[in-house]
Amino acid sequence: MVEFTLPANSKIKKGLTHPEPQEAESIKRFKIYRWDPDAGENPRTDMYTLDTDRCGPMVLDALIKIKNEVDPTLTFRRSCREGICGSCAMNIDGTNTLACTKPIDEVNGDVKIYPLPHMPVVKDLVPDLTHFYAQYASIKPWLQSKTAAPPDRERLQSKEERSRLDGLYECILCACCSTSCPSYWWNGDRYLGPATLLQAYRWIVDSRDEATGERLDELEDPFRLYRCHTIMNCSRTCPKSLNPGRAIAEIKKLLVSRR
Amino acid sequence: MTPTNRPLSPHLQVYRPQLTSVLSITHRATGVFLALGAPVLVYWFWAVADGADAFAASQEIFGGILGRAAVFMWCYALFYHLLNGIRHLLWDAGLGLDIPVLYKSGWVVVAASVGLTVFTWLLGYAARGGAG
Repeated sequence: MVEFTLPANSKIKKGLTHPEPQEAESIKRFKIYRWDPDAGENPRTDMYTLDTDRCGPMVLDALIKIKNEVDPTLTFRRSCREGICGSCAMNIDGTNTLACTKPIDEVNGDVKIYPLPHMPVVKDLVPDLTHFYAQYASIKPWLQSKTAAPPDRERLQSKEERSRLDGLYECILCACCSTSCPSYWWNGDRYLGPATLLQAYRWIVDSRDEATGERLDELEDPFRLYRCHTIMNCSRTCPKSLNPGRAIAEIKKLLVSRR
Repeated sequence: MTPTNRPLSPHLQVYRPQLTSVLSITHRATGVFLALGAPVLVYWFWAVADGADAFAASQEIFGGILGRAAVFMWCYALFYHLLNGIRHLLWDAGLGLDIPVLYKSGWVVVAASVGLTVFTWLLGYAARGGAG
Protein backbone atom coordinates (compact mmCIF):
# COMPACT_ATOMS: atom_id res chain seq x y z
CA MET A 1 0.00 0.00 0.00
CA VAL A 2 1.22 3.46 -0.88
CA GLU A 3 1.56 5.52 2.27
CA PHE A 4 3.58 8.68 1.86
CA THR A 5 3.82 9.65 5.53
CA LEU A 6 5.26 7.75 8.46
CA PRO A 7 3.00 6.07 11.05
CA ALA A 8 2.54 8.03 14.29
CA ASN A 9 5.03 5.89 16.23
CA SER A 10 7.67 6.40 13.52
CA LYS A 11 7.64 10.18 13.17
CA ILE A 12 11.10 11.56 13.86
CA LYS A 13 11.46 13.95 16.80
CA LYS A 14 14.22 16.46 17.45
CA GLY A 15 17.12 14.78 19.22
CA LEU A 16 20.19 15.52 21.30
CA THR A 17 23.22 17.53 20.25
CA HIS A 18 26.47 16.11 21.57
CA PRO A 19 29.30 18.56 22.41
CA GLU A 20 31.86 19.50 19.77
CA PRO A 21 35.47 18.30 20.17
CA GLN A 22 37.98 20.83 21.50
CA GLU A 23 40.72 22.33 19.29
CA ALA A 24 39.50 20.56 16.17
CA GLU A 25 40.44 21.92 12.74
CA SER A 26 38.34 19.78 10.41
CA ILE A 27 34.84 19.60 11.79
CA LYS A 28 32.18 17.31 10.37
CA ARG A 29 28.70 16.94 11.81
CA PHE A 30 26.80 13.65 11.75
CA LYS A 31 23.02 13.62 12.08
CA ILE A 32 22.09 10.07 13.04
CA TYR A 33 18.70 8.32 13.41
CA ARG A 34 18.18 6.90 16.89
CA TRP A 35 15.48 4.65 18.27
CA ASP A 36 15.63 2.81 21.56
CA PRO A 37 13.13 -0.07 21.88
CA ASP A 38 13.22 0.19 25.68
CA ALA A 39 12.50 3.93 25.96
CA GLY A 40 8.95 3.86 24.59
CA GLU A 41 9.56 7.09 22.66
CA ASN A 42 9.49 8.05 19.01
CA PRO A 43 12.68 7.94 16.91
CA ARG A 44 14.86 11.04 16.93
CA THR A 45 17.97 12.32 15.17
CA ASP A 46 21.03 13.05 17.30
CA MET A 47 23.83 15.37 16.21
CA TYR A 48 27.44 14.34 16.72
CA THR A 49 30.48 16.44 15.78
CA LEU A 50 33.83 14.85 14.96
CA ASP A 51 37.32 16.07 14.14
CA THR A 52 37.88 14.30 10.84
CA ASP A 53 41.66 14.73 11.17
CA ARG A 54 41.41 12.22 14.01
CA CYS A 55 39.08 9.81 12.26
CA GLY A 56 39.38 7.21 9.51
CA PRO A 57 38.17 8.15 6.02
CA MET A 58 34.92 6.18 5.84
CA VAL A 59 31.51 6.79 7.38
CA LEU A 60 31.87 3.50 9.27
CA ASP A 61 35.10 4.85 10.84
CA ALA A 62 33.09 7.82 12.09
CA LEU A 63 30.32 5.60 13.49
CA ILE A 64 32.86 3.44 15.32
CA LYS A 65 34.62 6.54 16.66
CA ILE A 66 31.32 7.92 17.94
CA LYS A 67 30.47 4.59 19.59
CA ASN A 68 33.95 4.30 21.17
CA GLU A 69 34.49 7.88 22.28
CA VAL A 70 31.21 9.81 22.39
CA ASP A 71 28.14 7.63 22.80
CA PRO A 72 28.42 3.88 23.45
CA THR A 73 24.66 3.45 23.06
CA LEU A 74 24.78 4.06 19.29
CA THR A 75 23.82 0.77 17.65
CA PHE A 76 24.65 -0.42 14.14
CA ARG A 77 25.72 -3.59 12.33
CA ARG A 78 29.23 -3.93 10.97
CA SER A 79 31.69 -6.68 10.35
CA CYS A 80 34.18 -6.86 7.48
CA ARG A 81 34.77 -3.08 7.00
CA GLU A 82 35.71 -3.74 3.36
CA GLY A 83 32.42 -3.98 1.44
CA ILE A 84 32.09 -7.75 1.30
CA CYS A 85 29.76 -8.67 4.17
CA GLY A 86 26.96 -6.16 3.59
CA SER A 87 26.29 -5.66 7.30
CA CYS A 88 26.70 -1.87 7.44
CA ALA A 89 24.16 -1.09 4.70
CA MET A 90 22.33 2.12 5.59
CA ASN A 91 20.97 5.33 4.12
CA ILE A 92 23.79 7.88 4.00
CA ASP A 93 23.34 11.35 2.48
CA GLY A 94 20.03 10.29 0.92
CA THR A 95 21.05 7.08 -0.83
CA ASN A 96 21.62 3.54 0.36
CA THR A 97 25.18 2.32 0.56
CA LEU A 98 27.71 0.56 2.77
CA ALA A 99 29.10 2.78 5.53
CA CYS A 100 32.47 1.04 5.22
CA THR A 101 33.02 2.00 1.57
CA LYS A 102 31.44 5.47 1.67
CA PRO A 103 34.09 8.19 2.14
CA ILE A 104 33.06 10.93 4.59
CA ASP A 105 34.41 13.65 2.30
CA GLU A 106 32.06 12.57 -0.52
CA VAL A 107 29.25 14.08 1.54
CA ASN A 108 28.64 17.82 1.26
CA GLY A 109 27.54 19.41 4.53
CA ASP A 110 26.27 17.35 7.45
CA VAL A 111 26.36 13.58 7.08
CA LYS A 112 22.78 12.37 7.53
CA ILE A 113 22.50 8.70 8.42
CA TYR A 114 19.28 6.68 8.59
CA PRO A 115 18.52 2.95 8.62
CA LEU A 116 17.65 1.29 5.30
CA PRO A 117 14.36 2.94 4.22
CA HIS A 118 10.84 1.61 4.86
CA MET A 119 11.92 -1.23 7.14
CA PRO A 120 10.93 -2.09 10.73
CA VAL A 121 13.67 -0.78 13.02
CA VAL A 122 15.15 -3.09 15.67
CA LYS A 123 17.30 -0.34 17.18
CA ASP A 124 18.99 2.82 15.82
CA LEU A 125 20.52 1.89 12.44
CA VAL A 126 19.61 -1.81 12.64
CA PRO A 127 16.65 -2.78 10.41
CA ASP A 128 14.71 -6.04 10.73
CA LEU A 129 15.64 -8.05 7.62
CA THR A 130 13.59 -11.17 8.49
CA HIS A 131 11.11 -10.68 5.64
CA PHE A 132 13.91 -9.82 3.19
CA TYR A 133 15.73 -13.07 4.01
CA ALA A 134 12.49 -15.08 3.82
CA GLN A 135 11.93 -13.69 0.32
CA TYR A 136 15.46 -14.71 -0.62
CA ALA A 137 14.82 -18.24 0.69
CA SER A 138 11.56 -18.39 -1.29
CA ILE A 139 13.39 -18.40 -4.64
CA LYS A 140 15.33 -21.53 -3.59
CA PRO A 141 18.80 -20.06 -3.95
CA TRP A 142 20.62 -23.34 -4.50
CA LEU A 143 21.46 -25.59 -7.44
CA GLN A 144 18.52 -27.81 -8.39
CA SER A 145 19.20 -30.73 -10.71
CA LYS A 146 17.26 -33.78 -11.83
CA THR A 147 20.10 -35.62 -13.54
CA ALA A 148 22.80 -37.22 -11.41
CA ALA A 149 26.17 -35.53 -11.26
CA PRO A 150 28.93 -37.21 -13.30
CA PRO A 151 30.47 -39.92 -11.06
CA ASP A 152 34.07 -38.87 -11.64
CA ARG A 153 33.97 -35.05 -11.65
CA GLU A 154 32.01 -31.88 -10.85
CA ARG A 155 29.25 -30.42 -13.01
CA LEU A 156 31.48 -28.45 -15.35
CA GLN A 157 30.71 -25.20 -17.11
CA SER A 158 32.28 -23.69 -20.21
CA LYS A 159 33.95 -20.31 -19.77
CA GLU A 160 31.06 -18.75 -21.65
CA GLU A 161 28.47 -20.39 -19.35
CA ARG A 162 30.40 -19.28 -16.31
CA SER A 163 30.69 -15.70 -17.58
CA ARG A 164 26.88 -15.38 -17.52
CA LEU A 165 27.09 -15.36 -13.73
CA ASP A 166 29.39 -12.32 -13.71
CA GLY A 167 27.60 -9.31 -12.29
CA LEU A 168 25.25 -11.64 -10.40
CA TYR A 169 27.32 -13.81 -8.08
CA GLU A 170 29.00 -10.74 -6.56
CA CYS A 171 25.78 -9.69 -4.80
CA ILE A 172 26.29 -9.60 -1.03
CA LEU A 173 22.58 -9.29 -0.11
CA CYS A 174 23.09 -6.02 1.74
CA ALA A 175 19.49 -4.98 0.81
CA CYS A 176 20.56 -1.50 -0.36
CA CYS A 177 18.79 -1.99 -3.70
CA SER A 178 15.53 -3.45 -2.43
CA THR A 179 15.13 -0.72 0.19
CA SER A 180 15.85 2.01 -2.39
CA CYS A 181 12.94 0.84 -4.54
CA PRO A 182 9.65 2.78 -4.13
CA SER A 183 7.79 -0.24 -5.50
CA TYR A 184 9.33 -2.38 -2.75
CA TRP A 185 8.36 0.28 -0.21
CA TRP A 186 4.70 0.14 -1.20
CA ASN A 187 4.40 -3.57 -2.03
CA GLY A 188 7.33 -5.23 -0.27
CA ASP A 189 4.98 -7.72 1.37
CA ARG A 190 4.40 -9.40 -1.99
CA TYR A 191 6.90 -7.90 -4.45
CA LEU A 192 10.21 -9.77 -4.15
CA GLY A 193 12.36 -6.69 -4.78
CA PRO A 194 15.56 -6.23 -6.82
CA ALA A 195 17.98 -8.15 -4.59
CA THR A 196 15.91 -11.33 -4.49
CA LEU A 197 15.07 -11.09 -8.20
CA LEU A 198 18.75 -10.66 -9.12
CA GLN A 199 19.43 -13.83 -7.14
CA ALA A 200 16.53 -15.59 -8.86
CA TYR A 201 18.07 -14.65 -12.22
CA ARG A 202 21.48 -15.87 -11.02
CA TRP A 203 20.01 -19.40 -10.71
CA ILE A 204 17.88 -19.14 -13.86
CA VAL A 205 20.94 -18.49 -16.04
CA ASP A 206 23.17 -21.04 -14.28
CA SER A 207 23.89 -23.70 -16.95
CA ARG A 208 24.04 -26.43 -14.28
CA ASP A 209 20.60 -25.68 -12.85
CA GLU A 210 17.74 -27.80 -14.21
CA ALA A 211 14.77 -26.08 -12.57
CA THR A 212 14.66 -23.07 -14.92
CA GLY A 213 11.03 -23.66 -15.92
CA GLU A 214 9.80 -24.01 -12.33
CA ARG A 215 11.78 -20.93 -11.30
CA LEU A 216 10.15 -18.88 -14.08
CA ASP A 217 6.71 -20.28 -13.15
CA GLU A 218 7.21 -19.06 -9.60
CA LEU A 219 8.10 -15.55 -10.79
CA GLU A 220 5.27 -15.16 -13.33
CA ASP A 221 3.09 -13.17 -10.97
CA PRO A 222 1.75 -9.60 -11.01
CA PHE A 223 3.32 -8.91 -7.64
CA ARG A 224 6.39 -11.11 -7.17
CA LEU A 225 8.02 -9.90 -10.40
CA TYR A 226 5.86 -7.38 -12.20
CA ARG A 227 5.77 -4.74 -9.48
CA CYS A 228 9.09 -3.72 -11.02
CA HIS A 229 8.37 -0.59 -13.08
CA THR A 230 11.99 -0.03 -14.14
CA ILE A 231 12.45 2.91 -11.78
CA MET A 232 16.11 1.83 -11.54
CA ASN A 233 16.88 3.28 -8.10
CA CYS A 234 18.25 -0.22 -7.41
CA SER A 235 21.04 -0.15 -9.96
CA ARG A 236 21.77 3.49 -9.15
CA THR A 237 22.40 2.72 -5.49
CA CYS A 238 24.09 -0.73 -5.57
CA PRO A 239 27.36 -0.37 -3.60
CA LYS A 240 28.84 -3.24 -5.62
CA SER A 241 27.92 -1.53 -8.93
CA LEU A 242 25.74 -4.46 -9.97
CA ASN A 243 22.60 -4.03 -12.09
CA PRO A 244 19.56 -5.69 -10.50
CA GLY A 245 17.27 -3.68 -12.81
CA ARG A 246 18.86 -5.36 -15.82
CA ALA A 247 18.52 -8.81 -14.21
CA ILE A 248 14.79 -8.18 -13.73
CA ALA A 249 14.45 -7.00 -17.34
CA GLU A 250 16.15 -10.23 -18.48
CA ILE A 251 13.69 -12.33 -16.44
CA LYS A 252 10.78 -10.46 -18.05
CA LYS A 253 12.30 -11.14 -21.49
CA LEU A 254 12.64 -14.86 -20.71
CA LEU A 255 9.00 -15.01 -19.62
CA VAL A 256 7.86 -13.39 -22.88
CA SER A 257 10.10 -15.47 -25.12
CA ARG A 258 9.03 -18.83 -23.66
CA ARG A 259 5.36 -18.26 -24.48
CA MET B 1 9.01 -6.79 22.58
CA THR B 2 6.66 -7.50 19.69
CA PRO B 3 7.84 -6.53 16.22
CA THR B 4 4.65 -4.52 15.67
CA ASN B 5 5.96 -1.89 18.07
CA ARG B 6 8.86 -1.26 15.80
CA PRO B 7 8.88 2.08 13.99
CA LEU B 8 9.07 2.18 10.21
CA SER B 9 12.30 3.73 9.00
CA PRO B 10 11.90 6.92 6.94
CA HIS B 11 11.67 6.47 3.15
CA LEU B 12 10.34 9.30 0.95
CA GLN B 13 11.25 11.68 3.76
CA VAL B 14 14.98 10.97 3.46
CA TYR B 15 15.62 9.34 0.08
CA ARG B 16 17.35 11.71 -2.32
CA PRO B 17 15.25 12.54 -5.40
CA GLN B 18 17.27 11.50 -8.44
CA LEU B 19 16.81 11.24 -12.18
CA THR B 20 15.80 7.56 -11.98
CA SER B 21 12.91 8.02 -9.56
CA VAL B 22 11.88 11.54 -10.63
CA LEU B 23 11.47 10.60 -14.30
CA SER B 24 9.61 7.45 -13.27
CA ILE B 25 7.03 9.28 -11.16
CA THR B 26 6.75 11.94 -13.87
CA HIS B 27 5.94 9.18 -16.36
CA ARG B 28 3.13 7.99 -14.15
CA ALA B 29 1.88 11.53 -13.44
CA THR B 30 1.84 12.46 -17.14
CA GLY B 31 0.02 9.19 -17.88
CA VAL B 32 -2.70 10.00 -15.35
CA PHE B 33 -2.90 13.58 -16.63
CA LEU B 34 -3.26 12.39 -20.24
CA ALA B 35 -6.03 9.99 -19.21
CA LEU B 36 -7.85 12.94 -17.62
CA GLY B 37 -7.34 14.82 -20.88
CA ALA B 38 -8.93 12.11 -23.00
CA PRO B 39 -12.57 13.08 -22.22
CA VAL B 40 -11.63 16.74 -22.79
CA LEU B 41 -10.31 15.78 -26.23
CA VAL B 42 -13.53 13.89 -26.89
CA TYR B 43 -15.49 17.00 -25.89
CA TRP B 44 -13.47 19.03 -28.38
CA PHE B 45 -14.07 16.51 -31.18
CA TRP B 46 -17.74 16.54 -30.30
CA ALA B 47 -17.78 20.35 -30.46
CA VAL B 48 -16.13 20.27 -33.90
CA ALA B 49 -18.70 17.76 -35.12
CA ASP B 50 -21.74 19.44 -33.54
CA GLY B 51 -21.48 22.71 -35.40
CA ALA B 52 -20.47 26.35 -35.26
CA ASP B 53 -22.09 27.23 -31.93
CA ALA B 54 -20.61 24.33 -29.99
CA PHE B 55 -17.23 24.89 -31.62
CA ALA B 56 -17.29 28.59 -30.71
CA ALA B 57 -18.10 27.64 -27.11
CA SER B 58 -15.19 25.21 -26.99
CA GLN B 59 -12.87 27.83 -28.46
CA GLU B 60 -14.00 30.16 -25.70
CA ILE B 61 -12.75 27.61 -23.15
CA PHE B 62 -9.54 26.53 -24.85
CA GLY B 63 -8.65 30.05 -26.05
CA GLY B 64 -8.63 31.60 -22.58
CA ILE B 65 -5.47 31.84 -20.52
CA LEU B 66 -6.44 28.88 -18.32
CA GLY B 67 -7.50 26.84 -21.32
CA ARG B 68 -4.26 27.51 -23.11
CA ALA B 69 -2.24 26.68 -20.00
CA ALA B 70 -4.06 23.36 -19.69
CA VAL B 71 -3.57 22.49 -23.35
CA PHE B 72 0.10 23.48 -23.05
CA MET B 73 0.51 21.08 -20.12
CA TRP B 74 -1.29 18.30 -21.99
CA CYS B 75 1.01 18.94 -24.91
CA TYR B 76 4.06 18.59 -22.66
CA ALA B 77 2.62 15.49 -20.97
CA LEU B 78 2.03 13.92 -24.37
CA PHE B 79 5.60 14.48 -25.56
CA TYR B 80 7.13 13.42 -22.24
CA HIS B 81 5.03 10.27 -21.98
CA LEU B 82 5.70 9.41 -25.62
CA LEU B 83 9.46 9.85 -25.39
CA ASN B 84 9.84 8.18 -22.00
CA GLY B 85 7.56 5.42 -23.28
CA ILE B 86 10.07 4.75 -26.04
CA ARG B 87 12.71 4.57 -23.32
CA HIS B 88 10.57 1.97 -21.53
CA LEU B 89 10.22 -0.05 -24.75
CA LEU B 90 13.99 -0.11 -25.18
CA TRP B 91 14.42 -1.24 -21.56
CA ASP B 92 11.88 -4.01 -22.10
CA ALA B 93 14.02 -5.12 -25.03
CA GLY B 94 16.98 -5.21 -22.62
CA LEU B 95 18.66 -2.10 -24.04
CA GLY B 96 20.06 0.99 -22.30
CA LEU B 97 19.91 -0.38 -18.77
CA ASP B 98 23.43 0.66 -17.74
CA ILE B 99 23.22 3.58 -15.35
CA PRO B 100 25.39 5.99 -17.44
CA VAL B 101 23.32 5.24 -20.59
CA LEU B 102 20.12 5.49 -18.57
CA TYR B 103 21.11 8.95 -17.32
CA LYS B 104 21.94 10.13 -20.85
CA SER B 105 18.63 8.87 -22.25
CA GLY B 106 16.85 10.46 -19.28
CA TRP B 107 18.29 13.90 -19.96
CA VAL B 108 17.54 13.49 -23.66
CA VAL B 109 13.88 12.86 -22.78
CA VAL B 110 13.79 15.91 -20.51
CA ALA B 111 15.37 18.19 -23.13
CA ALA B 112 13.46 16.77 -26.10
CA SER B 113 10.06 16.90 -24.38
CA VAL B 114 10.56 20.58 -23.52
CA GLY B 115 11.98 21.32 -26.96
CA LEU B 116 9.17 19.59 -28.88
CA THR B 117 6.50 21.27 -26.77
CA VAL B 118 7.94 24.74 -27.33
CA PHE B 119 8.46 23.96 -31.04
CA THR B 120 4.87 22.78 -31.42
CA TRP B 121 3.52 25.94 -29.84
CA LEU B 122 5.75 28.23 -31.88
CA LEU B 123 4.58 26.36 -34.97
CA GLY B 124 0.96 26.72 -33.86
CA TYR B 125 1.22 30.46 -33.23
CA ALA B 126 3.14 30.95 -36.48
CA ALA B 127 0.39 29.09 -38.37
CA ARG B 128 -2.33 31.37 -37.02
CA GLY B 129 -0.17 34.46 -37.42
CA GLY B 130 0.44 35.61 -33.85
CA ALA B 131 -0.65 35.01 -30.28
CA GLY B 132 -4.02 36.83 -30.61
